[in-house]
Amino acid sequence: MWSVYKRGVHVSRTLYLWVGAVPNHVVLISLCARLGAVPNHVVLISLCARLGAGTTRLCAGIVSVAKPISIECKMADYSNSLYEHLEEETGVKTGYVKTGSLCLAQNQDRFLSLKRLASRLNVMGIPWDAVVSPPDVNHALATAAARHGVQIHERTTVNHVMMEKGHVTAVETDRGAIECEYFVNCAGQWAYELGQASETKVSVPLHGCEHFYLLSKPLPEPLQPSTPVVMDMDGRIYVRAWQGGVLSGGFEKNPKPIFTEGRNQLEIQTMQEDWDHFEPMLSALLRRMPELEVCEIQQLVNCPESFTPDMRCLMGETPGVHGYFVLAGMNASGLAFAGGAGKYLAEWMTYGYPTANVWPLDIKRFGNLQSSRTFLRHRVMEVMPLLYNLKVPRWDFQTGRQLRTSPLYDRLDTQGARWMEKHGFERAKYFIPAGKDLLSLDASKTFYKPDWFDIVGAEVKCCKEAVCVIDMSSFTKFELTSTDDQALALLQHLCANDLDVPVGHIVHTGMLNERGGYENDCSVVRVKKNSFFIISPTDQQVHCWSWLKKHMPDDPQLHLEDVSWKYTALNLIGPRAMDVLGELSYVSMTPEHFPSLFCKEMSVGYANGIRVMSMTHTGEPGFMLYIPIEYALHVYNEVMSVGQKYGIRNAGYYALRSLRIEKFFAFWGQDLDPFTTPLECGREFRVKFDTDIDFLGRASLLHQRQEGVSRRFIMLVLEDHDTELDLWPWWGEPIYRNGELCGTTTSSAYSYTLERHVCLGFVSPPSLDGSPAAVTPDFINRGDYEVDIAGQRYPAKAKLYPFSSLFAQQRRRKDEMELSNFQGK
Amino acid sequence: MVPPLCFQHLKQYWAMYRLRLIRKSCLTQIKLLGFDTRLCHSSRPPVDLIGINYPAETINGRKYRDNHQTSQMPLSKINHILKANEYSYKVNGYDGRNSVNSILGLDSNILASNALNEDRRSAATCLQSRGMLLGVFDGHAGYACAQAVSERLFYYIAVALLPVKTLMDIEDAVENERPVLPMLQWHKHPNDHTSRDSGKLYFNSLRTYWQERIDLEEDEDRDIQMALMNAFKRLDNDISLEAQVDFGVPFSHFTPLRVALSGCTACVVHVDGDDLHVANLGDSRAVLGVQEENGTWSAHTISNDHNAQNADELQRVLSEHPALEHKTVVKHDRLLGLLMPFRGFGDMKFKWSGEMLNRVYETRPDILSANEFKMLPPNYHTPPYLIAEPEVTIHTLRPKDKFLIMATDGLWELMHRQTVVQVIGEHLTGLHWQKPVSGLSFTLGQMHRLLQERKSRAIFALEDENSATHLIRHALGSDGFGTVDPRRLSNMLSLPQDLARMYRDDITIVVIHLNSANM
Repeated sequence: MWSVYKRGVHVSRTLYLWVGAVPNHVVLISLCARLGAVPNHVVLISLCARLGAGTTRLCAGIVSVAKPISIECKMADYSNSLYEHLEEETGVKTGYVKTGSLCLAQNQDRFLSLKRLASRLNVMGIPWDAVVSPPDVNHALATAAARHGVQIHERTTVNHVMMEKGHVTAVETDRGAIECEYFVNCAGQWAYELGQASETKVSVPLHGCEHFYLLSKPLPEPLQPSTPVVMDMDGRIYVRAWQGGVLSGGFEKNPKPIFTEGRNQLEIQTMQEDWDHFEPMLSALLRRMPELEVCEIQQLVNCPESFTPDMRCLMGETPGVHGYFVLAGMNASGLAFAGGAGKYLAEWMTYGYPTANVWPLDIKRFGNLQSSRTFLRHRVMEVMPLLYNLKVPRWDFQTGRQLRTSPLYDRLDTQGARWMEKHGFERAKYFIPAGKDLLSLDASKTFYKPDWFDIVGAEVKCCKEAVCVIDMSSFTKFELTSTDDQALALLQHLCANDLDVPVGHIVHTGMLNERGGYENDCSVVRVKKNSFFIISPTDQQVHCWSWLKKHMPDDPQLHLEDVSWKYTALNLIGPRAMDVLGELSYVSMTPEHFPSLFCKEMSVGYANGIRVMSMTHTGEPGFMLYIPIEYALHVYNEVMSVGQKYGIRNAGYYALRSLRIEKFFAFWGQDLDPFTTPLECGREFRVKFDTDIDFLGRASLLHQRQEGVSRRFIMLVLEDHDTELDLWPWWGEPIYRNGELCGTTTSSAYSYTLERHVCLGFVSPPSLDGSPAAVTPDFINRGDYEVDIAGQRYPAKAKLYPFSSLFAQQRRRKDEMELSNFQGK
Repeated sequence: MVPPLCFQHLKQYWAMYRLRLIRKSCLTQIKLLGFDTRLCHSSRPPVDLIGINYPAETINGRKYRDNHQTSQMPLSKINHILKANEYSYKVNGYDGRNSVNSILGLDSNILASNALNEDRRSAATCLQSRGMLLGVFDGHAGYACAQAVSERLFYYIAVALLPVKTLMDIEDAVENERPVLPMLQWHKHPNDHTSRDSGKLYFNSLRTYWQERIDLEEDEDRDIQMALMNAFKRLDNDISLEAQVDFGVPFSHFTPLRVALSGCTACVVHVDGDDLHVANLGDSRAVLGVQEENGTWSAHTISNDHNAQNADELQRVLSEHPALEHKTVVKHDRLLGLLMPFRGFGDMKFKWSGEMLNRVYETRPDILSANEFKMLPPNYHTPPYLIAEPEVTIHTLRPKDKFLIMATDGLWELMHRQTVVQVIGEHLTGLHWQKPVSGLSFTLGQMHRLLQERKSRAIFALEDENSATHLIRHALGSDGFGTVDPRRLSNMLSLPQDLARMYRDDITIVVIHLNSANM
């Protein structure tokens, strides 16, 4: 048997090896079937048990397309159509029935959330949910895979993955080693363990929870297979027809985490039914369908599902090891995602990137810091109930908090800070003034005007009129240095904007991929001739690191360091920021002396060596202070005490958000993604077209500039929207132009200056002949735009530029550049 | 500091006895009225409790009611009070020492009547011999004696049980200052008081005991019954001797003297395999919970109370004193008209000769100033009146013996033993409800009803995982119909310090869960 594998290695150029240890065989096989179709590749699957012995065999078989984020909808939609045609392709029955599904609402808030979902689903056309028989789908996919030459080896356990110089080289199984170039960790529940078992540990942050569903015997009058799936999220249950009876499960409030200590703890086969645990769901079921009372029980099935820290699945190449891919953590939607996830990952492995924006699912959004077993155990206990919880805007996870904090955390907390978390880092949302009723503030989360409205309003006003301090320490900070000009060369290659600026200049730039899409959007400071300070969004810590590493030449003279933890960042926003800093440093901070987008190392209070940068990430005047952490408290205290007479106060991220959105500042991860180019969001001025440096993505951009963009980032100011009474926009709302669907929003905020809601989003004109049409100024300016919030359309004014200030700033910057060039020489 | 403390002890001592008298008469009245004690296991009618918390407010009915509603304790506080001293110990299943574990675990709890708790409990595993020792101790006239006995008695029993060979090893180790093998593994609650003084003295007395045993070389196959008897008597003797040495030395510690002049009862159980020995001294009690084949619970008392209610015991006391004294030895159901238990540790004022007692009072007036005990007890002619010889009962555990309850009289005054067994038995079966069910051949509706029933019972049972706590909750809060009335419970727990003793004595309970499967 083994020699066959070996020969396989020699014959083929590339060997993909898939590993699915136990669960989620459907996911696995669907990928392989897809990959097997790619020529010149040998695909092996090794399974520690028999095919179909995993938990997908047990799963409920509902293919529901109504998912919280659009990439998930796309994946489920693809799976749906894949399963639909699987039977005719392979001749294997899959039990596919288009049933549709009914989502029930027991209260007004749930009804609203369903309406929001419905209006979003309109964007991709109303999908038909379906049910299948999971083992049959598994079998059919395996048949299809085998037809493409995929080899499946059952009862073969992968012990660990071998690597050399950051590349996967071979897989050590209980039946010998197999050389391979790519490896996919598709081991479901055991993916975490398998990740830990390789030479370089791979962090796969997921954790299992027991999941129960009930099978009944056929009803007296058997249920038709086409009976719609019923989801009663308030009752926390789902129900589908199953062999004349029902199959009903749910996501309880008090989940039972399992396998914390790993696989040796308990075998899947011995998992127990727990009726007492199922009681709330049984009650909910009988309350909804009282006639089931007389129906006899067939079985209570316990099939553990794996959950991730943010309710989204994990896919993609791991940051540390080239060729090591992961596809796991399906959060109980394994079957619905399998087809689509397989498709995208197969594309990813074959072409280097998938054909859709999968950043929300990219494993690089997590790092080692989410790998603690205790953290995962606690977090999944919160995540699993959340699947059926009402998701109101701006909810935060409550578990696994206070992991990374700024040195000022306690100070801010005692001043009334309310916290949110990003990539494990605590950030203040807003500050509750002394004397406000805290309870009522925390309790009310709503689709309407939130209770913090006035608080944030006051913070924004202070930013506009006086000065505010925002602790922005969570941002990712890298330092790239070299002995010669290697650092500059690398950045010139990776960044769209020109980095060859005098020392002390700050450059906002995207890091683009081949297609011209944003892999990162960052601010780069040239602190020395060959030393750059790179500031990226918080959740870029792993992704940006691996992007830089991937493109870095193997040169010992070039050094990249993650210095995120070394600096505390304070953002002083407001017209009086310069007065505060001036007083603390005895240096004039007026724009004449300290122009915009400059960085100087100077002293603040007693502390020396503070990096002061004239930018605020909001478009407002002010400064960012990058303070070595041991000075953080001192500088903060000095700033606050000196700032007293200028009316200084703390502010949080909500104020920052409102400010940046009204200034039309796009944020990576929310508005920008690897499929958005600078041209599509009006950032041509940040691309060095005027030089002949061949940066990554240049060709695509030039091509796009010629063809014109087919989608455009715009700003929509809601008209006729009552902030007090109407539903607030969030993100993901459909945008209509002259009654026709033309895009979706990506973020929104209330602008306290305009006293209106501002939504940011992308629109594209309808294609006439199948090829995408270019956006024209008329398309933006001469259209009646509407934003659909939960089925209600609100007229909006579309704008390409917020105020003239953007131009003014750009012009000023150019002037300053020339001036400083003059001074420098 | 010390004299007023002693004075207070004695005051309470008197108060307690006066009150017990009141309570006893109350109980008889209820019995006369035909109350079923199983239904109403409190010794007083439920109604009179409502008002007791607010004696001053009863004049104004309106105010009384408002006040009452606002001052009811929240459940969390009730639970906090009840659970403050609860202790559970699960016997490790892999314990090789007791090849067959006849004990699954134990639950214990102490609820003091007021701030000064005079009850003690002990639990320990014998490390050098086999078996487990458990005991409850009800102190009076202060806690000193109960404290000393609870700490010392098990060592005496351990020494009495050990073969001479082992004792010689120990002696050898002590002599050469080598580490000594521990005899006992204690199972203690962190709140259980530990005395710090007198350790040296206690150790020396214990050492003398084993040295004597080595000298006598009495290594014939000692039975546990004799060992228990000897250990009890030896300890009481040591308490007496230590005090006599003590009061001869001016400015010495007061502890040995205080131990000797206060007293305590003791109920100790030794379990080894299916052999159960109960050594009882005084009016605490050990009761077995027996589950009959039809599932009903019955109480099987395996110790006799040593008080006036026990005719045999009364007969014993009378027989030990001349006929002339028969009218005075036991008066108002009390020894010499003063002491309710007829056996006990300490209480040297009922043991020492009148001569010696007078000497104590003369040489150490400081510890006894201003109380009624300056003089000898009335009619003190032929001491000792009180003995420390336990009555040892032997029982062989049967599969139907599910648990053993030991408790001080604080519990038995409030609840009938049958009710006690009933409550614990139902609590245990309630906990068994939580074991998984399997849903074969049920309809959804049937399963639903079953689960809901289980859930409601589980909530009821889950409030107390500790059976002893559960029992206290019932003892104090029973509404007379088998369920706990939170208002009544709250009233019982919020009694003012000085009133509490009128309604409840200190309560100490140890529940031993027996492993009937292994018998």
